[in-house]
Amino acid sequence: MSGTVAPADAAIRTRGLGKRFGRQRAVADLDLEVPRGAVFGFLGPNGSGKTTTIRMLLGLARPSSGDIHVLGEPMPHALRSVLPRVGALVEGPSIYPFLSGRANLHRLDAADPGSAARSRPARVDGALERVGLTAAAGKRAGAYSLGMKQRLGLAAALLAPRELLVLDEPTNGLDPQGTREVRGLIRSLAADGTTVFVSSHLLAEIEQVCTHAAVMRAGRLVAQGSLDDLRRAARARIVVRTPDAADAATVLGIHRITAAIAGDSITGELPEEAVVEDLVRALVEAGVRVRGVSVEGDSLEDRFVALTGEGFDVAG
Amino acid sequence: MFVAFTALTVSIPLFLPLTIGVVAGDTIAGEASLGTLRALLIAPAGRLRLLIVKYVGALAFAAAATGVIVLAGVGVGALLFPVGRVTLLSGDTVDAGGFAARAALLALYVVLSLSGLCAIGLFISTLTTIPVGAMAATVVVAGASQIADALPQLDAIHAWLPTHYWFGFGDLLRDPLVWDSFGVNGWLQLGYVVVFGGLAIWRFLTKDALS
Repeated sequence: MSGTVAPADAAIRTRGLGKRFGRQRAVADLDLEVPRGAVFGFLGPNGSGKTTTIRMLLGLARPSSGDIHVLGEPMPHALRSVLPRVGALVEGPSIYPFLSGRANLHRLDAADPGSAARSRPARVDGALERVGLTAAAGKRAGAYSLGMKQRLGLAAALLAPRELLVLDEPTNGLDPQGTREVRGLIRSLAADGTTVFVSSHLLAEIEQVCTHAAVMRAGRLVAQGSLDDLRRAARARIVVRTPDAADAATVLGIHRITAAIAGDSITGELPEEAVVEDLVRALVEAGVRVRGVSVEGDSLEDRFVALTGEGFDVAG
Repeated sequence: MFVAFTALTVSIPLFLPLTIGVVAGDTIAGEASLGTLRALLIAPAGRLRLLIVKYVGALAFAAAATGVIVLAGVGVGALLFPVGRVTLLSGDTVDAGGFAARAALLALYVVLSLSGLCAIGLFISTLTTIPVGAMAATVVVAGASQIADALPQLDAIHAWLPTHYWFGFGDLLRDPLVWDSFGVNGWLQLGYVVVFGGLAIWRFLTKDALS
């Protein structure tokens, strides 16, 4: 866990944040801490409260409890001064299908009373170019493919220089090429010093760009911190493939590893201080014929699955 | 003149409320159903500002619609009938200038009459994310109000119905001008704008934009 930061230093900070819909608790007791300059991965399976949290961060929905500071100011109280500094893509792109891509951006930019009309054409073209939509800017947005709409939504978030970008599932509907481009975009934005808060249910998609991450499950935060912290917390397992499984279990037991035998392979949780090489030597010296040894489950992916649970059931 | 007058008389009970219902009902609910409402709020457009702009937009539509009816009526009338001094309901006649002023007053009266309905539509539109529902509900309000206005048993509430003075513009076609219905209609509509505008503001400022 990262240390406590004063509100002014954190791009996003929530304390005891909660949201109820009737009797349903969508989010409960959320203490988020997003340091400035971080690329923050906000992970969780579908229905775990990610989008609800983002809506509250942006003042779209009112929290039922707790408080929120975005860029050092309380939300939704300071909405007017905070939101112009925040670019956001929430739950898919919002477009007027009967307008062209460019006209969509012009309209959205005009909706912000603080945006300068004179620099608008240049900023719109810049944002279109950044997401690779320049060639299709004149087409009706309704005729765009899902990926192109998603790009248009991203362009809307990039209309002005922002201090914080909140991207809700930005790679939804994008082809692998587009996903790579989004990652590249996030990297270049982060290099400019922009804090990026990106949510996803696919860890693999954002693992490479994140510096920090938080994991939600059923409306609660189950892990948060820098990526290295999270990796360290991931428990590794040793898997030994051997015809002498019973003997191997005994040897591992001496090293305080409780192992489970399944056919000719045996699996045990690896304690932090254990050294795999020494274990192999111990096994061989005890006369165990080792066919293979591997260490599994130390990837962030496994950690993520361990935290959120496997299977397709959406949290009710 | 009387083609425009007749055109308005025919349009007021159904066609104008119908189009107003569509436009006013679509204001917020339409944005919500497109998913563009959240983009506007994040921009940030400001909730109150958005609501006011939407209301002004609906009123502008009402003015444009009424203007089209009046101008088309005058145009068709000029084509079909001899053009000359216009006879008013009181038997006096006015020249072209006076006639233009009366036509403008007539249009203004109708727009004023519709301003209350616009506010009702705006409020209903903040209640839902389904624009068709808000449109239909607004049209139903206009229809129900006119029906209630026609039932003698409901006499007690007639003066408070938003549609009660919709046909009061006959007063503007007399000489001297009778301003009574203009005034009382103005107050009534203002009341509706304040009440339903206030409800819309209250509802929209506290609403979670979840679509």
